[in-house]
Amino acid sequence: MRAAVLVFPGSNCDRDLAVAFRAAGFDTAMVWHKDAALPEGTDIVGVPGGFSYGDYLRCGAIAAQSPIMRAVAAHAERGGYVLGICNGFQVLCETRLLPGALMRNAGLKFVCKMQALRVETADSAFTAGYRAGQEIAVPVAHHDGNYVADPETLAALRAEDRVAFRYVGSPNGAMDDIAGILSPNRRVLGMMPHPERVVDAAQGGTDGMPMFRSLADALVSA
Amino acid sequence: MKATVTVMLKQGVLDPQGEAVKSALRTLGFAGVEGVRQGKVIELDLAAGTTEAEVTAMCEKLLANTVIESYRVEIG
Repeated sequence: MRAAVLVFPGSNCDRDLAVAFRAAGFDTAMVWHKDAALPEGTDIVGVPGGFSYGDYLRCGAIAAQSPIMRAVAAHAERGGYVLGICNGFQVLCETRLLPGALMRNAGLKFVCKMQALRVETADSAFTAGYRAGQEIAVPVAHHDGNYVADPETLAALRAEDRVAFRYVGSPNGAMDDIAGILSPNRRVLGMMPHPERVVDAAQGGTDGMPMFRSLADALVSA
Repeated sequence: MKATVTVMLKQGVLDPQGEAVKSALRTLGFAGVEGVRQGKVIELDLAAGTTEAEVTAMCEKLLANTVIESYRVEIG
């Protein structure tokens, strides 16, 4: 059970994400953005939060062109798991592994606070540890989390049960209060809130831990 | 040769920064400002012979996110 956490210049949640994967039992490697291949046997790729390339041009735009992202796209095409958090979600949208885009928060301010989320589907390896409709508390910390997609994409996300999380009281103006979405095969999740920041009581919450545990369960039984 | 690429949010996409600039201009007393859209200008220095089609490819692949942005290319 192997996780690979990507590291871009400007990533700052990479170590937290590795701690969360390791707490769930993953053998976890850090992978530099200039590497062209993932470690042998990687089951899940974590694309961490932060400010890759200083958010130059657009958040995630330069990281999306890095050599490692070609390997991540190939991994996803083979049915591999990918978890993109915050800047990682922006990177996944810029690489078109997930639809839509993340724009400047409607209130223009950086929001950094504990946020209530509603789990919208338990039908994925990421969310199987929750109940659909369950409310959880997960921190948000972003300036560009305002999810935007065209009406056809939003309709498809709803019809295919691919909205993983919605905000309970939107912090950023995201369309349809969307906080996290799944790929069509349900193996790529992008979300703005930070589940890796609530995996230990010492962090002030543990509502993120079921995500990492259920991923581990899915990979053990696979 | 030079190319100038102008990237703007598509019409219909809310531009929170443009809205903030508009309200700041009004606060300054410029009551006639009815709308502001903020974008970016990217100037490219290009080797002779670079085609407009190549600049368009640059826009599609990197310079603009066509999910939310439109772009305009001017050569020269």
